[in-house]
Amino acid sequence: MWGIALLVFREVLEAALIVTVVAAATRGVARRGWFIGGGIGLGVLGAVLVAAFAGAIANAASGVGQELFNACVLFAAVLMIGWHVIWMSSHGRELAQHMKAVGGEVQTGASSLSLLLAVVALAVLREGSEIVLFLYGMVAGGAGGLAPGLAIGIAGGTTVGFLLYFGLLRIPLRYFFTATNWMLVLLAAGLASSAARYLVQANLLPQLGGQIWNSSWLLSDGSVLGKMLHILIGYDARPSGIQLVFYTVVVVALLLGARLFDHSAQQKSARGASKTTVATKLDAPA
Amino acid sequence: MRRFLIAAMLALPLTALATDVPLYTLIIQNHRYEPTTLKIPANTKVQIKVINNDPTPEEFESTDFNREKIVMPNGSITVFVGPLKAGKYKFFGDFHQDTAQGVLIAE
Repeated sequence: MWGIALLVFREVLEAALIVTVVAAATRGVARRGWFIGGGIGLGVLGAVLVAAFAGAIANAASGVGQELFNACVLFAAVLMIGWHVIWMSSHGRELAQHMKAVGGEVQTGASSLSLLLAVVALAVLREGSEIVLFLYGMVAGGAGGLAPGLAIGIAGGTTVGFLLYFGLLRIPLRYFFTATNWMLVLLAAGLASSAARYLVQANLLPQLGGQIWNSSWLLSDGSVLGKMLHILIGYDARPSGIQLVFYTVVVVALLLGARLFDHSAQQKSARGASKTTVATKLDAPA
Repeated sequence: MRRFLIAAMLALPLTALATDVPLYTLIIQNHRYEPTTLKIPANTKVQIKVINNDPTPEEFESTDFNREKIVMPNGSITVFVGPLKAGKYKFFGDFHQDTAQGVLIAE
């Protein structure tokens, strides 16, 4: 039972952390609960489908289907998070302003929300499909304690997610979206680095240097904290060179993108001569 | 996505070279690796083929050399590993960690 609980916990935790960051980043947006709930639901469905077709995926593309699939899912998430970050750089200010002024929810662009729904769905799909395959194996192997193990694992993983969420809510509103935007940037960079690792594993990318550093003596990738930081900021105890390249490219691209769009948004609002915009200006995410 | 496609296209010639990379084989039987110690040359890229003879899925994983790949029941996978510096690198089966443990020795 505990073995099952532990594996389920680790996978749920990884997905829960991504969902948490997305939930925090969409704070104050109307209907976001539906979007996040819908994303989780779609993700669970997707996880079952991916597990059911795991054999076909594994055999695809002369044996590197699994890596290609994972890399595609990860890159898709990176693109969607990136789009949201850049969108927020011009709208985050209005959002925080509105929340301060009215304390209510904001009707915002549904397109940005549905992208984040997709991010949630992809995160749940990736981690969930491993859980499904694992449980399938446990059932086939005649292991007991399935239901309690599953329940404990899910409860544990989601609890950590909720704790992080309520911790994040303590950030003052003035800095809140700057903080969540940074979290999204680092999340996206970490996912890109993981995608690069899959492509190296499949021999589709050169690794550009094996272990650039080894900090596993300090914090192992296998530990719970290591796994949490792996998701949240892309921590890797032994990264290859190409992972660092992908990580850096995403951070730089998103910061530049955010700054670019922020400037054009400022010019627009300057023409509109809105004094309140300046007064309650949210720190630029860059 | 575009960057990914470009990377995949650039990488196609690399996969053609895969046959030049030395191949080592691990077998999973009763949720254990056979052999449990696998010697590979240091500073050389190798392929490791993992054959799963169990009726249950396994995940071939290592945090030491940073690889993870699901092996379906009665299926096999190949992963590219290294070049690794001389040393010991642990690997395990993520779905049966109490029994599926092994060490890669690069020398």
